[in-house]
Amino acid sequence: MTLADAPVITAALEVRDLEVAYVVRGVDREVLRGVSFSIAPGEAYGLVGESGCGKSTTAYAAVRYLPDNGKILSGSIHVAGDDVIGMNAEQLRRFRATEASMVYQDPGASLNPSLRVGRQITECFTLLGQSKDEARRSSIAALARVRIAAPESVMDRYPFQLSGGMQQRVVIAMALACNPKLLVLDEPTTGLDATVEAEVLDLVRALRSESDAAILFIAHNLGVIRSMCDRVGVMYAGKIVEEGPSQAVFDDPKHPYTVGLLRSLPRHGIRKTDRALATIPGTLPLIGSALPTCVFVDRCPLASDVCRTEVPPVVQIGPAGDRYTRCHHADRIDDLEVESVTVDIAMLAASEHNPDVLELSHVSKTFRQRGNSIPALVDVDFTLAEGETLGIVGESGSGKSTLARTMLGIETLDQGGDMALDGAHLQGSTSQRSASEKRSMQMVFQNPDSALNRSWSVRRILVRCVTKLTGLKGEEANTRVEQLAAHLRLTPRHLDLKPRQLSGGLKQRVAIARAFAGDPRIVVCDEPTSALDVSVQAAILNLLADLQVEKRTSYLLITHDMGVVRYLADRIAVMYLGRIQEIGLTDDVFNGPHHPYTEALLSSVPSVDGEATLRIRLDGEIPTPANPPSGCVFHPRCPRAIEGVCEVTEPPLLEVAPGHSIRCHIPIEELRILQAK
Amino acid sequence: MQRLASAIVTLWLLATIVFLIVNVLPGDVGRKILGPFAPKEDVAAFNHRLGTDRTVIAQYLTSIRRVFTLDFGDSYQSGQKVTDIILPALFRSGKLALLAFVLTIPISIAAGIFAARRKDKFADRVVVNVGLASSSIPEFVTAAVLLSVFCVNWKLGEVFANPPAGTSVIGQFRYLLTPAMAMVIAYFGYIARMTRAGVIGGLQSDYARTATMKGLSKGTVMRSHILRNALAPTITVISVQVGYLFGGIIGVEKVFNYAGLGSTMLTAVGAKDIPVLQGAVLLVGIIYMMSTLLADLLIAYLNPRVRLEKTR
Repeated sequence: MTLADAPVITAALEVRDLEVAYVVRGVDREVLRGVSFSIAPGEAYGLVGESGCGKSTTAYAAVRYLPDNGKILSGSIHVAGDDVIGMNAEQLRRFRATEASMVYQDPGASLNPSLRVGRQITECFTLLGQSKDEARRSSIAALARVRIAAPESVMDRYPFQLSGGMQQRVVIAMALACNPKLLVLDEPTTGLDATVEAEVLDLVRALRSESDAAILFIAHNLGVIRSMCDRVGVMYAGKIVEEGPSQAVFDDPKHPYTVGLLRSLPRHGIRKTDRALATIPGTLPLIGSALPTCVFVDRCPLASDVCRTEVPPVVQIGPAGDRYTRCHHADRIDDLEVESVTVDIAMLAASEHNPDVLELSHVSKTFRQRGNSIPALVDVDFTLAEGETLGIVGESGSGKSTLARTMLGIETLDQGGDMALDGAHLQGSTSQRSASEKRSMQMVFQNPDSALNRSWSVRRILVRCVTKLTGLKGEEANTRVEQLAAHLRLTPRHLDLKPRQLSGGLKQRVAIARAFAGDPRIVVCDEPTSALDVSVQAAILNLLADLQVEKRTSYLLITHDMGVVRYLADRIAVMYLGRIQEIGLTDDVFNGPHHPYTEALLSSVPSVDGEATLRIRLDGEIPTPANPPSGCVFHPRCPRAIEGVCEVTEPPLLEVAPGHSIRCHIPIEELRILQAK
Repeated sequence: MQRLASAIVTLWLLATIVFLIVNVLPGDVGRKILGPFAPKEDVAAFNHRLGTDRTVIAQYLTSIRRVFTLDFGDSYQSGQKVTDIILPALFRSGKLALLAFVLTIPISIAAGIFAARRKDKFADRVVVNVGLASSSIPEFVTAAVLLSVFCVNWKLGEVFANPPAGTSVIGQFRYLLTPAMAMVIAYFGYIARMTRAGVIGGLQSDYARTATMKGLSKGTVMRSHILRNALAPTITVISVQVGYLFGGIIGVEKVFNYAGLGSTMLTAVGAKDIPVLQGAVLLVGIIYMMSTLLADLLIAYLNPRVRLEKTR
């Protein structure tokens, strides 16, 4: 920004002392408690913090789209000098049409499912007074601007006929239609695949140079914020506790909460064998509860008496005057210790002599639909040793979930494949498996809300599982549940609550307890932490690691989060279009040389560490398994495809180093050279 | 194709059920029609002429054949061709039903939208509760109340809904309005509540948020974004209501002494007049099937997902 010589610059967004409350049963419950920040034209400002901290409320307040029970108590919001709070309905409508735009999470739901894309975009331009023809031309130009290759044909399609990435491009095109002064991005890439996320972020980055819109970026993913934003505000309980240039804040945090957030992330390539993840003890104060002088005091390791009696001052950091933190002990941040509650996991992981628990050989699964056969899983081979974690990664549609479902017997594998549990043949379908086989394989789901019966108490949920899986009844079952709960660090008080009375992390603990009720041999964890905040994620990952050491359970960990899989998994399998493209020890897969697809997956992840990653980009989308490409299924998107070879024959999964196999025509030595650049 | 097959099965089921019900009713057809004092021989001869002295199976086969040839034969009671009896009756009922629908649909959809916009406010509670109350009162009760209040006390409508021959269309309106109102009240609640639920869902949806944030006015967001998606369940409900309507109309017609399909069916049941009854019930069945078909087409038109994924 070269603003130094400019005279008085009107901030694109100026928020001062904003207080917002939600009215719940007639009572005001305050969510924002004096939020102030400003964004200059052309600047990108990120708001981070865990769910419930008020970042979305801030964003929606800025465009006056609070829920019906939301109410602005005091403070001011100005966009390009215009007072947003004072606007009447017509002014507000004009303000939204011409000055402020928004891009949302879940682009599929954000577009009207029953109107053609063209109609939805042209609407933005007719609002600006353009004629029908002009609006159509502008719309096509807008779609071209967001790098949509065939804008005319996209105009005639319905949103559900587009992929998630395309849908989000359309939403961005609509948001930019009016050349807004303020563009709010609310978790724009959450829920998208890593490769699609990278593509959308690249687009936003490119568009920034074409527009002078100020960007307010909301994301819970700190890596995304770091890679996209000039400055960042860290929110906690309705206050910005630290603000500054994003690089400085993430590299050298000055508020204990920021430190806690960053330490709870699995980053810098740490593994469970290195150390346990740091967690932030306690939970976020409830919305509307009376807060102590410092909002973070109850969870802060540095808290002292002064924190409870005096509101922390705004402490400027550095001479530039662009950073502050609200902490009495800003000078003692370096005293925060890295807690190390490491269990000796190394011992377990290092032993290669563990017997195999599960063996899959030539497992395929073909779905039939209206006479078409859809191969969802093709010739999958692997073994899972006792106490081992195998991570499964790949974009959506790569067959990860089908693999889990087939293992568990929810789907029956095709003829010709075989599965063995503890060396004994395992029937394909759950209904043919014995009780002990069923007990041996359990699952933890992504969303504990839908996995737990909401009208039962935790005790009842767990007792039922124990009874079903072990046959214990009455008092015995109850004792067993209490032991189980203690193991998962659930207190007896939690047992008598219903799931909705628990926080997300506690619910996931219950879901994990449920899976462990029958002492399983294998637990399939399907995105076990992706619905959770980072500090809670850290606690769950630590718990999974500890349980594994104690019980010698094997995990199949399905996740899209490279940090999580690197932390927890001993080995990783990379899947694409139902095939394992690469499998090997975690370090081998991450450090390379790796399959070009793995390379692309890894380089698409925005890192909170700001490490310069070699970026290779995938073109297009994952093809439909009903009609897989010829030869190597990855060749149409592969930046390293060899013409005349890759589209002709599918490469075999070859062992390139002990325990490390890659399905690629390019020899390992050549991959090593290519990827070293 | 699949639809046609299922339509045929439905028709057959309807015909069978009607036949079974009528045969379960006690009494002898000839005796019912000729009266208790007719000589035994005459009754037997009459039954023979009608074919009602044959075995149940034979009668059943005849009745099924009639359904699929759409020739219902002659009425047992009057000897008239069945079609000559039921088609004019259907026309009269159709007028009444149409009027009821033309009034119900806009009123209840408008009320549903109105309530949704004021969710949990006083006006919303009024609509919801009035709707609940009105749809839980059977239409013949409402009809009787309306009859005594509007037609007898206030003389605003006619006690007998049959307009004299030659009455103009506008003139007929005066006769039919009160019975139609009885049906409007009965069907208002369900449709209004369904619309309300759909619109509330639409108002809270992400796409409505996108539309509002584009700077569209509230009215435009409702008209061009929400209604299209929100009305699908309402349309389904309306099409189902068509079936109920022809059930409910019987009572209303009786109260207002209206010579419609309902009255015709009631008389036919009393006389064990199988051909008329069968014709009438099937006719209602066909109307019902057509209205669901129409609803499906309408939903497919409104929802491209339904339209495009079926043809793929």
